[in-house]
Amino acid sequence: MTAAAVPRAAAVPVVRRKPLRPGRVGLHVFLAVTAIVWLFPVGWAVYNSFRPYSDTAKYGYVSFAHTLSLSNYRNAWTQGQIPLHFWDTMIVTIPAIVLILFFASCVAFVVSRFSFWFNVPLLVFFMAANLLPQQVIITPLYELYLRIPLPGWLSDTGLMYDSFLGLIAVNVAFQTGFCTFVLSNYMKTIPSSLSEAARVDGASVTRQFFGIVLPLCKPAMAALATLEFTWIYNDFLWAIVFMSSGDKRPITSSLQNLTGTYFTDNNLISAAALLVAVPTIVVFALLQRQFISGLTLGANKG
Amino acid sequence: MAIDLATGVRKGGARRGARAVRLSTRDKLAITLMAGIPTLVVGGFIWFPTIASVLLSFTNWDGIGSVTSSHWIGTTNYRQIATIYPPFWPAVEHNAIWLGFLTFVATPFGLFLAYQLDKDIRGTRVYQSVFFLPVVLSFALIAFIWQLIYSPTEGLVSNVFADPAHGHVIDLLGNPHQNLWAVLVAVGWRHAGYIMVLYLAGLKALDPSLREAAAIDGAGEWHAFRTVVFPALRPINIVIVVVTVIEALRAFDIVYIINHGTNGLELLSVLVTANIIGEASRVGYGSSIAVVLIVISIIPIVVFVVNSFKERES
Repeated sequence: MTAAAVPRAAAVPVVRRKPLRPGRVGLHVFLAVTAIVWLFPVGWAVYNSFRPYSDTAKYGYVSFAHTLSLSNYRNAWTQGQIPLHFWDTMIVTIPAIVLILFFASCVAFVVSRFSFWFNVPLLVFFMAANLLPQQVIITPLYELYLRIPLPGWLSDTGLMYDSFLGLIAVNVAFQTGFCTFVLSNYMKTIPSSLSEAARVDGASVTRQFFGIVLPLCKPAMAALATLEFTWIYNDFLWAIVFMSSGDKRPITSSLQNLTGTYFTDNNLISAAALLVAVPTIVVFALLQRQFISGLTLGANKG
Repeated sequence: MAIDLATGVRKGGARRGARAVRLSTRDKLAITLMAGIPTLVVGGFIWFPTIASVLLSFTNWDGIGSVTSSHWIGTTNYRQIATIYPPFWPAVEHNAIWLGFLTFVATPFGLFLAYQLDKDIRGTRVYQSVFFLPVVLSFALIAFIWQLIYSPTEGLVSNVFADPAHGHVIDLLGNPHQNLWAVLVAVGWRHAGYIMVLYLAGLKALDPSLREAAAIDGAGEWHAFRTVVFPALRPINIVIVVVTVIEALRAFDIVYIINHGTNGLELLSVLVTANIIGEASRVGYGSSIAVVLIVISIIPIVVFVVNSFKERES
């Protein structure tokens, strides 16, 4: 069962008869059923999201829809202030990804291109930081954020608490370790002769970094950027702990605004949830290879 | 920290002199900044708070005023969370069940999917995408999506198996004996896909002859898997165990959205958070529970770090 068998099977139809053993049929049935079960929760949300509240109120949730409309999406878009929260998400996510990749590649470059005594301790210092449960740091960090003053143009409360910078900082600090680990493994595979040649030519450390190593890391960077986008976009904890203003919360943590205390419209929530899911699903659909290679780069090498 | 690094660079630079690598002052400065600034960021925002959690757990600081006004009270916080803090032991139990479910149900299922999809199956890419879909969704979204199924009045389960219109409901999330399992089904839905992708990568990296042995359908298949394939997956197995333990310790978002982690859904992570943003704000309790999390997580962290350095060397 090698990869080479795939094109052969496609080219010569006769070969295709081989897999049709009873075991294979059973397997296909199992996989198809599991796939349907797997898609069902999302499919159910999609179905509900197109039904107006009046339709489900009249016919019940488990019924054929008599009217389908986009009204839930329109309401979620305005009531949930989705554009605003998407914007908040971007303010946090984009600078965070840029900083994470920059910091991680700097550290990875140092530990993979030079042989300092501190290489291993430094790498452990970064890796382990990413493996801690988040709750380990939130209590002191919360108290700290309440005491760090920021100038008014950075935070309208004048504090690190409830500021975008505070959220960016904690995301950067938490995620840099993972990327450092992946990138340092990646940079180890780049032949050292490349930078040695540059060194002989008198290229400075920064030239070697920006001119030679960084461009070669593009595939790994793309994979990590995809992964980090999804992770930071999906963050809930940091935002609810360090951001108190509802209108500054990134999209994932703002969803709670839609669940009213005494009235909950599930169809509206379905639509909002799906709107929030769209960016991560689009990123995954377009960059599936990068996404999975980023995930397995981290796991495989370690 | 920056000073330590700077001396390190100088020392390292001198030692490397043998390899005829002479670092100029500018290069040394560049290296110091490249390693130093990220170190300060991670040290300041991760390691400093981690150490502070440990220290605060031994004090009676209430979060108001300066830390210096608080007193060292030894292990009082730990004694109190173990004896007079009702949600503590339920939370420990729920975290243990969470870990048990991921380890013995969701992870094996993910491995099973990966093993089947690694066979030369038609449509394998489609299946992989389907099973992986929940992994790109946040736990927050998963909570909302599954509430559509579990909600007592509007949920699917209740509407199919009971009659909410006439006051007869099934409230899976409201029942403290059932809600943890209902949540774990949703969590397993995501975890299995994650594990599947990691194992698929591990299986692809195996020696093709091993995979051929594994590809035998039927009678000898289980035996071949158990004796040949699974042992060969050892490196990835270690990663999977670490990922699973850490996921179980981090679990938070989904129960927080469902009912703020109360009434049968208490978790250690929720108790720490509740002591900051909840009604009961006791820095000492929150920190001691954080230390419990640190102590448990040290084991998988050490295993992971040691394992990855062994891999790096080879």
